[in-house]
Amino acid sequence: MALQGSQKLPFWADAVLLPFLNLLAAFAVSGLVILLLGEDPLEALSIMFEGAFGYDEAIGYTFYYATNFIFTGLAVAVAFHAGQFNIGGEGQAMIGGVGLTLAVFAFGTTAPLLAVLLAVAGAAVFGAVWAYVPAYLQAKRGSHIVITTIMFNFIASAVLAYLLVGPLQRPGGQMPESADFPDGVRLTHLHEILNTVGIGFEESPMNVSLLIALICAFGVWFLLYRTRFGYELRVSGANQNTAAFAGINVPRMTIYAMMLSGALAGMMGLNELLGEQLRLLGNFTLGYGFVGIAVAFMGRNHPVGIVLAAVLFGALYQGGAELAFEMPAISRDLIVLVQGLVILFAGAMEHMFRTPVERFFHMLSIKRAD
Amino acid sequence: MDWLIDSVLLVDSTFRVGAPLVLAALAGLVAERAGIVDIGLEGKMLAAAFAAAATAAITGSPWAGLIAGITASVLIALLHGFVSITQRGNQIVSGMALNIAVAGLAPTLANFWFSQGGQTPLLNDTERFTAITLPFAESLNSVPVLGHVYSDIISGHTVITYIAAFAVPFTAWMLYKTRFGLRLRAVGENPEAVDTAGISVQRLRYYAVMIGGVLCGLAGAALSTGLGAAFIRDMSAGKGYLALAAMIFGKWKPVPTLLACLLFAFVEALQGRLQGVDLPIVGEIPVQFTMMLPYVLTVIILAGFVGKIQAPKASGIPYGKGE
Repeated sequence: MALQGSQKLPFWADAVLLPFLNLLAAFAVSGLVILLLGEDPLEALSIMFEGAFGYDEAIGYTFYYATNFIFTGLAVAVAFHAGQFNIGGEGQAMIGGVGLTLAVFAFGTTAPLLAVLLAVAGAAVFGAVWAYVPAYLQAKRGSHIVITTIMFNFIASAVLAYLLVGPLQRPGGQMPESADFPDGVRLTHLHEILNTVGIGFEESPMNVSLLIALICAFGVWFLLYRTRFGYELRVSGANQNTAAFAGINVPRMTIYAMMLSGALAGMMGLNELLGEQLRLLGNFTLGYGFVGIAVAFMGRNHPVGIVLAAVLFGALYQGGAELAFEMPAISRDLIVLVQGLVILFAGAMEHMFRTPVERFFHMLSIKRAD
Repeated sequence: MDWLIDSVLLVDSTFRVGAPLVLAALAGLVAERAGIVDIGLEGKMLAAAFAAAATAAITGSPWAGLIAGITASVLIALLHGFVSITQRGNQIVSGMALNIAVAGLAPTLANFWFSQGGQTPLLNDTERFTAITLPFAESLNSVPVLGHVYSDIISGHTVITYIAAFAVPFTAWMLYKTRFGLRLRAVGENPEAVDTAGISVQRLRYYAVMIGGVLCGLAGAALSTGLGAAFIRDMSAGKGYLALAAMIFGKWKPVPTLLACLLFAFVEALQGRLQGVDLPIVGEIPVQFTMMLPYVLTVIILAGFVGKIQAPKASGIPYGKGE
């Protein structure tokens, strides 16, 4: 280990300052685009902020979106810690949604509570199985996981489309969607719970899956940093040769990590389908699987960071919807651009800010030593 | 003669669908041979498709569109180069980020300029690249078999398809017969050696991503002003990733890559023809299953036929002096 203590950043700079600078850069470029579209970037920012946090319903929506991003962000991070880049969150979420729906229709009318529990398990298991194939191919056959997971997104989307115009389509329906879930088979909205305990909160789609997502975040943290399994997983990701030398079965670790990742991505459907839509929809994933990449990078692949980044992206979605409504020149596509820029600055252009900040802190420490 | 006409049409559409795929795959090949992984082919194609269609719609000239498309694609290639060469960032993340950013930016600008829900206006035949009829194609049409091959398969494509056909031998020549190509390949295998020889690793890699940008620009323009007649949201539809898979299947060599692209294009052309057709034994295949054919094929090929393969050694690894 080289002694680079003087170069190392204080924790807060690494965890707060750098992500903030990355975000600022992404916002600055987006601001230029907004300017190009003939709108006032500062006004746009204030509309977005107000639209995301200004009132109960907005907050509810922000956390509703954030729930999706916690699941998909955790999914990307778990794979990343094992040295794998899972771009297949989108497909895993779709197939997870299928597993959830099958459980709901199998037990929903006879035992609603059992159906909900099995739906949670079904989403996770189906997502894990969908991730297993690319993981196996990567571990045993050396197929490029980035490409196979992308292919599996396309395949999942075709499978879902087939099911929703075929076996799972609403009887007599024309839209690509399943029949409604049986009564009572759903995750309760949080505003209902809050109202029951006497806290007034406006109606919003925020539901119990937010709590499940937070439990998952804690679980991932515990697994990664407090168990032998997590340690071995991270070692495999950091250096395959070292890991193999230490007696860790790296291919098996790759497969476990990817399946865990797929399970987390698969659970995204809990929020969308079991929390709000109460039926299986074509393309219900809406790119949330890809946003997970941005969330994971923004959150430095740490569960706490991911929860915070997920809230940020939730706000971006909810605020962005308000923005598209208030400023007609701006469409929701702009939010996709902002996400891309956040991934670019937070994930790929890290050094751009890290190096100057490190120099700055290095200078400070020299001055202090004088 | 029905089957003959059918297969002629199938081969014809294979070439048509294959052209953008070939150009994009060559782009990925040149970049990766120089050590830069380019998963952003998709984004560059999409940006070029938008710039080409928008410019062609405004100026009325497909050639102006083509230049705009190439320019847009090269600019993004330079950005990817800046991130992965100068900043030494994660190349896969950069490519992915650029894909997402363009998927958002292109419809935003399209909506702002044309107010058609994120599309560009429909181009008429003078504003896009239409089929070129080669000399004697009409008169040879009556000659059996050979006439069909010449007039229906070889003749009647857009100029970009012919450029794509030309680009394969040209890329092979450049990579294997020129000094530039030798250095380019060296920089993807052993950048230290190139550096020691006093040649700039960074500059060579920038050239490589720019060549990739030009090729992706052609591919994107082919989508919106050749195959199609407007820019449509997400119109690259995974072609950039398929191209990357074809490049891996082709083991980073131009001719095998071309063959892999043609295979993918053939499957895509085939799935178009299979829709709603009653096959013996299996019956009618649901359209969703024929649609997933190219993707399933990709996975099978990557898993079974290629197996463990050797990418250029320095591919994806940022190079810094003295490390």
